[in-house]
Amino acid sequence: MPRMEPSRSRDDASRRRFLSRFFSLGAAWSAALVACRSKYRPDSDALEPRALGAPVSEYGARSTFEKAKRFVQQDRQVPLEESASQTPLHDTFGIITPSSLHFERHHSGVPQIDPARHTLTIHGLVDRPLVFTVDELKRLPSVSRIYFLECSGNSRSEWRSSGATDAQRGHGLTSCSEWTGVPLSMLLKECAVKPEGAWILAEGADPGRHDRSIPIVKAMDDVMVAYGQNGEPLRPEQGYPLRLLVPGWEGNVNVKWLRRVKVLDRPAMSREETSKYTDLMPDGTARQFTFYMEAKSLITRPSAGDRLRGAGVYELTGLAWSGRGAIARVEITIDGGQSWTAAELQTPVLPKAHTRFRWSWKWDGRDALLASRATDETGYTQPTVQRLVEIRGVNSNYHNNGIQMWKVDSNGTVTNANRT
Amino acid sequence: MQIGRSQGSPKGLRYRVGIIVGAVAVLVAILVAQAFRPAIEPAVAQSPTFGIGRAPTAEELKAIDIDVFPDGRGLPPGRGTARAGRETYTSRCVTCHGPTGTEGPQDILAGGQGSLNTSAPLKTVGSYWPFATTLWDYLRRAMPFDHPGTLTTDQVYATTAYVLFLNGIVGEDDVLDETTLPRVKMPNRDGFVGDPRPDIPVKKK
Repeated sequence: MPRMEPSRSRDDASRRRFLSRFFSLGAAWSAALVACRSKYRPDSDALEPRALGAPVSEYGARSTFEKAKRFVQQDRQVPLEESASQTPLHDTFGIITPSSLHFERHHSGVPQIDPARHTLTIHGLVDRPLVFTVDELKRLPSVSRIYFLECSGNSRSEWRSSGATDAQRGHGLTSCSEWTGVPLSMLLKECAVKPEGAWILAEGADPGRHDRSIPIVKAMDDVMVAYGQNGEPLRPEQGYPLRLLVPGWEGNVNVKWLRRVKVLDRPAMSREETSKYTDLMPDGTARQFTFYMEAKSLITRPSAGDRLRGAGVYELTGLAWSGRGAIARVEITIDGGQSWTAAELQTPVLPKAHTRFRWSWKWDGRDALLASRATDETGYTQPTVQRLVEIRGVNSNYHNNGIQMWKVDSNGTVTNANRT
Repeated sequence: MQIGRSQGSPKGLRYRVGIIVGAVAVLVAILVAQAFRPAIEPAVAQSPTFGIGRAPTAEELKAIDIDVFPDGRGLPPGRGTARAGRETYTSRCVTCHGPTGTEGPQDILAGGQGSLNTSAPLKTVGSYWPFATTLWDYLRRAMPFDHPGTLTTDQVYATTAYVLFLNGIVGEDDVLDETTLPRVKMPNRDGFVGDPRPDIPVKKK
């Protein structure tokens, strides 16, 4: 104690000295600033004095001037653990969605999982059931692929007359990331699938143990067990530490927090694939296992909620994607669909990924109806919502890939015009 | 004809060449088939490539192998009736689903039969769900929403029975167990079809 006394007072003294020196330095600096401006600036060629910027940091953050954020659905009596948040598509550039803005849809909240204690078990109709640790999976040959991920309930607002107020609320349940992981086929081969294995059941470690069945043909094709997203580990809300990534198929089968894959001879008929993610038709039957997210596009800028500042040049830009492969063509209309012209596609155009399109528009200042329509490599062209409704009615809820029309009023306001 | 035959070397030669060509073709076909054999090799012949991972223990598998199939596979022994399930429903389910399963505020569980082909379809367990086993699986897997995994096996059987009772599908004292539950025929059992898409005509390039 006696020995610490002087040392502490020395510390205090030095701190006081430092602070007083700091403040006097600051005062001097301000004085110098004032002096420079008032006295030296007019007849000196010195540059304007500048304060230093922020120091280096351990984990970056965006500019405090940027405010883009996910839209959290709170308009229904649904607990937030079972809700969704939507990507601000109108505020993103290029084809990659920042991980922090990737849409969310959970069924029992985001679990906090320690990767050191998490495992993936593959069993069922296999010769060698196996348990993998996360570290073991990272030792295997990895792949990185850019894929979109879209909730099948995206654009649900557009089935009926009102429509969404903007692109984010209407269509923000799609995002696109670079995913890193191992092919599921590699793991299934390691386990040796028996000849009667026709489906897999994928199950999450979330509190509600979300589960979906997937045909083995797809599982052996391009499905990934992903641990990386946009160069870093998956975000917790995207399935940390492991998720299934099922390219081009509805979001619900991309099981997050993946803990188990069971090889089956038939689908499990889980709640999600019977009572929920099925599409009710006008005759009362329901389509089941409607996995593909079909070709779709929308103009994200300008879009509803924007206001154009007078006639002149504007870039029309947006996103197109197809669960059946690559986008072959995107066309733009400015007259409500009477005439269409090809937009420029940002290259490389990747299969089952968001594809950025652009088209330079010279607005004449009069009312205009803007829309895009995508055609994929299979020759399928995105239909109008009206065409979909003719076939499916308005109660199928899911898989609305209809054309999105925006109305630009002569005063510059942009609104949803799907029903005009 | 006779002469032709006795002198018939051209025809006979062609015949013999034909046989040789045929034999070679068969041989080639066999070789080609051999070459492509690995592609259709049965899975049992595969050996591990990476030797990573370990075999799960029987206990580990039992703890996570929770899925239940329409034919009853996966159902553990146990039993319950709607009468017994009323108590669990009232204490654990009623705040979200209402006293009779029709009030909400969360998913409506009962009613709606005959509404699926109308302009206001009501999708409930009774009107929409094709399998009673799925209800059992989901109750054990994910319910109650705020405390999943807390119902006992008999409570799951009983609560399943109660929700089916609210829909008029089973009687109040019908016993549901691993044998009787898969036999419950749901009203919308045959209401599902496969995916016919693309349902918009595709233009061939």
